[in-house]
Amino acid sequence: MNFDFTEEQQMVRDSIARFVQDDYDWDTRKAIVASEKGLSPDNWKLFAELGWLSIPFAEEHGGFGGNIVDLSVVMEELGKGLVVEPYFPTVVLFGGLIARAGNDAQRAEWLPRVIGGDVLGGFAYVERQSRFALHDCLTTATRSGDGFVLNGEKVVVFNGEQADHLVVLARTSGEQSDRTGLSLFIVEASAAGIDKMKYPMMDGQRVANVTFKDVVLPADALLGGEGQALTLVEALVDEAIIALASEAVGIMSVLNTKTLEYAKTREQFGVAIGSYQALQHRMVDTMMAYEQCKSLLFKALCEYKQDPAMAAETIHALKVLIDRNAKHVFGEAIQIHGGMGMTDELDIGHYAKRLMMINTTFGDANFHRNRFIETAFAA
Amino acid sequence: MDTAYSPEDLAFRDEVRSFFQEAYTPDLRQRMRSNHKEGAEEWQRKLNDKGWVAPNWPVEFGGTGWTATQKYIYETERSLAGIPNVIPFGLVMVANVIMAYGTDEQKEYFLPRILKSEDWWCQGYSEPGSGSDLASLKTKAERDGDDFIINGAKIWTTYAQYADWIFCLVRTDNSGKKQEGITFILIDMKSEGIKVNPIISIDNHHSLNEVEFSNVRVPAKNVVGEIGKGWTVAKALLAHERTGIAGVADVKRAVRGIKEVAIKEENGGQRLVDDPGFQQRLADIEVELMALEFTELRTLAAQAAGGFPGPESSLLKIKGTELQQATQELLMEIAAYYQGVLPTDLEPDALGHEFTTEARLSYFYGRAATIYGGSNEVQKNIIAKYVLGLE
Repeated sequence: MNFDFTEEQQMVRDSIARFVQDDYDWDTRKAIVASEKGLSPDNWKLFAELGWLSIPFAEEHGGFGGNIVDLSVVMEELGKGLVVEPYFPTVVLFGGLIARAGNDAQRAEWLPRVIGGDVLGGFAYVERQSRFALHDCLTTATRSGDGFVLNGEKVVVFNGEQADHLVVLARTSGEQSDRTGLSLFIVEASAAGIDKMKYPMMDGQRVANVTFKDVVLPADALLGGEGQALTLVEALVDEAIIALASEAVGIMSVLNTKTLEYAKTREQFGVAIGSYQALQHRMVDTMMAYEQCKSLLFKALCEYKQDPAMAAETIHALKVLIDRNAKHVFGEAIQIHGGMGMTDELDIGHYAKRLMMINTTFGDANFHRNRFIETAFAA
Repeated sequence: MDTAYSPEDLAFRDEVRSFFQEAYTPDLRQRMRSNHKEGAEEWQRKLNDKGWVAPNWPVEFGGTGWTATQKYIYETERSLAGIPNVIPFGLVMVANVIMAYGTDEQKEYFLPRILKSEDWWCQGYSEPGSGSDLASLKTKAERDGDDFIINGAKIWTTYAQYADWIFCLVRTDNSGKKQEGITFILIDMKSEGIKVNPIISIDNHHSLNEVEFSNVRVPAKNVVGEIGKGWTVAKALLAHERTGIAGVADVKRAVRGIKEVAIKEENGGQRLVDDPGFQQRLADIEVELMALEFTELRTLAAQAAGGFPGPESSLLKIKGTELQQATQELLMEIAAYYQGVLPTDLEPDALGHEFTTEARLSYFYGRAATIYGGSNEVQKNIIAKYVLGLE
């Protein structure tokens, strides 16, 4: 039994932490979020050069060949810096789906481009009515000649504004909520018949609602077996939830550190507010909330590394606990910072907003508690 | 032990309900959103024409003379109609101070103008270094003949950008205890030397400000109450602010709104309103809310009987704001992915969602409710000290 990180993992952690500290201070991030593209192409190039974009991919495609723990380390550190460059949508979702579902030719074509920083990707899976049900899908892909024709709409597509390519979840057969009949397609975002309604989100992400009107897709756009997508997507979502939980743990540690620092320096009634026992106990509670999340994350990592199927129940539990404890941690961070915590200028509120988006992505606490009950009480 | 409405109460309820239906037009509702200042002033003038803009004022100054039950009915109907409260800085806060401590001249000049919404007021209490510890405030007022010269800064000043007047706590004496030497003074925002710096809050809106005073000359006749006795005045005002913040009626309306949207929201074909986990969350809120409503009634009854409000009044701000935040959080969760949508001008049809902006704005602005008006931590200190007798 050990919960140590390898030397290699420690090096990746240090390298991202150094980048955040030296090149991604709060003003820099604000400027990037406010810039036309909402991301820094130079940073993206740098991430490629430093090998961060290669972490989860196999060596045969030029990847680092990392496991779930390696990915977790990256996400945790990116979370601490509130890095807005689209690592999650491009590497974890877009790249992750191609790595899982792609045939040899697709992997050979796309993964080196993801690793090299030459593609910005996204995964279009949410629909207006779908909420967290991945299989609730009205977008259709109909056979036409050798290929397919895509029609429908996806909403809140992460990185949807800047993504040049998307993996799109569409129905090739069956009814709206059937678990079968779903397929994945690699789609060029500028293809004829695609329209993007772009808008920013509160956590600095740029997203889009993407409509597809008679978009013609070649046969090799199909990613994985026709009608077989749901299992693949659900497996990817498990990995993505661990990645997001890692990011959340990173953010929670920053919030606790900053709040503790503030409580030690902010004086009211002639003393630091941190000297009040009522506040001390609350900061003890947020510390425990963070440590509990970290423990459950470690459990998920250990299980997933051994066999992803083993982690299923823990992943639902993790999403529940992260949701609840993140709210607790950012709520106290804002409250203890008082009026300052209410300002857009201070970073506290921005960390809170990212945690809220993490909470809702791939299902909130209520959704996963239901799944947990189904899984854990099944016997 | 009886809370049944009398026939007169029921008739009053119908009158209030039909007035709100008629007077608060869809057009006005829209203007409240697009131009808050104009909309609020227009609505307050309509209320004043009806004689209802200041239900809590004594009749001699323009109040309604309503019973506690009537005030409760009015507040409930207002909230159920989705009508925001009046802007409190003039009508509730400074008016109460002027009525209790002001000179005849101050009463005659300011009170009618407040009733007619001719002046927009803001509140200058907190300072960058003085939040929960309000009495440590440093903004200085030095005597110069018939005037005071003010120097310093106030912060978190809501709607200072619109304000014609600000009521301020300033320091006129540094020699004694920090609670002594504080003076309550009214300052014309058009005075030379005042600078308003916007603060963008986490709801991405501009309602908060920092107000800087450099050598601002204010006539000494603008002092309310005695010089150096501003702390007593301020404390009376904070009590008024606290009961108003509880917003029980508004939480009731929020719960109703949540049920409406949870019927429409589905997850893989299952309505969210039928989800047991969701039902339990909402039920927990409603249970607390039912109790809080009667806590409020107990407070109102005690006040109506002329008695000093008991410990139940101290709960109101804490529990009320906690419940507000719980409903705001639930609405954000219902919005799911859409909770993060930033722009407010996207058409719901194109976006695919109806209440994302409402959810986000109320959620983030709502974070302040446990901080302003004396943070909930300070409220607990007050209960510990004055109710439980703990030193």
